[in-house]
Amino acid sequence: MINKTVKDAREAVKDIPSGAFLMMGGFGLCGIPENSIAALLERDIKDLTIVSNNAGVDDFGIGLLLKKRMVKKMISSYVGENAEFERQLLSGELEVDLIPQGTLAERVRAGGAGIPAFFTPAGVGTEVAEGKETREFDGKLYLMERWLRADFSLVKAWKGDTAGNLVFKGTARNFNPMMAAAGKITIAEVEELVPAGELDPNQIHTPGTYVQRIFQGENYEKRIEQRTTRS
Amino acid sequence: MLSKQQIAQRIAREVKNGQYINLGIGIPTLVANYIPEDLEIVLQSENGLLGIGPFPTEEEIDPDLINAGKQTITMVKGSAIFNSADSFAMIRGGHVHLTILGAMEVSENGDIANWKIPGKMVKGMGGAMDLVASAENIIVAMQHCSKSGDSKLLPECTLPITGIRCVKKIVTDLAVLEIHPQGGFILKERAPGVSVDEIKQKTAGKLIIEGEIPEMIF
Repeated sequence: MINKTVKDAREAVKDIPSGAFLMMGGFGLCGIPENSIAALLERDIKDLTIVSNNAGVDDFGIGLLLKKRMVKKMISSYVGENAEFERQLLSGELEVDLIPQGTLAERVRAGGAGIPAFFTPAGVGTEVAEGKETREFDGKLYLMERWLRADFSLVKAWKGDTAGNLVFKGTARNFNPMMAAAGKITIAEVEELVPAGELDPNQIHTPGTYVQRIFQGENYEKRIEQRTTRS
Repeated sequence: MLSKQQIAQRIAREVKNGQYINLGIGIPTLVANYIPEDLEIVLQSENGLLGIGPFPTEEEIDPDLINAGKQTITMVKGSAIFNSADSFAMIRGGHVHLTILGAMEVSENGDIANWKIPGKMVKGMGGAMDLVASAENIIVAMQHCSKSGDSKLLPECTLPITGIRCVKKIVTDLAVLEIHPQGGFILKERAPGVSVDEIKQKTAGKLIIEGEIPEMIF
């Protein structure tokens, strides 16, 4: 098996250049590539475009990259859980492209699957449709949407093996599998890295061909945004 | 006038056995508390779960298990986890039968606006546009009027819309209304103590009143 292992997060992200087009897995702060984000923060790069469903919070996740002014553009479905984001957006320092969540997921999936465009009903008749081709199929209108592909995809899995196979846990899966497939270079960080052969092939969510670099992450904080309990 | 809990309680009566349901943030989330126990239904969370359970105890909290509102949750027996593309495939593909969500405005032809107020910070549409474009049955939970007293049931939406001709039914603090296929809000039920005249006065869009309008019973 081809060994995809790299030493650590620093090693994994060392060649990401300024201006790179990135994808980052996660929904809110659930399933985000914490270690890769921390390693990116140490790099002296800027003008990043980041595809991610959300943009983190003020002091965690992508919010940290925003605070260090490393991001030129966010492509997301729901943002604004943080004040610095809002400030940069309103002052024009940050560009934001807002996309319906299902369209975002499908554009990333299409990118990884080699489908340059597809038709979806989401956004028909709204400002999302402006400038896009609309076509009728079987009496209903659909919008044409294009694929998304990244220079680097940064994903986070629960377990992985040295061959790059990934297994996710709970709702931390979210956008990670599609982003793994849509990255020219996909960097996967895992909570537990095992030798190839130890994961059950029947249980793999992301096959190793989608992953170019894998490392064992450390010190996962897994911050909770809305801690809600029943009494 | 209905409280938020009563709006949720009234909407819960629309739920049918065997349905897969997506509940939006706010009043729609409360609907789960009022679904009769003898109904077998499954709640979908668009971040990748079929089978949302109750909120966890302190001991059960798992940061890898949240709903679309980013709240910690549990799973019921027989749950399934999937990725975001599969989640919206099941939404667009018609495998989620009922969507309940909030709105800022609904028009008399069933357009809904609930994601953007021009001039204010825009947070994004999340999954709302995909949900309203696809679900076969969409019920809106909202207040009949804005805080300043303006009707939210309009001839046409004034805010940027989320989806066109998609809303089937609306439950407000004053009434239950259905959208007529040719346009118009059909008044179906009144909240306890609310008169047809008051609803007429607070509905800016075309209101269709046929026969006696029953009062909701709680």
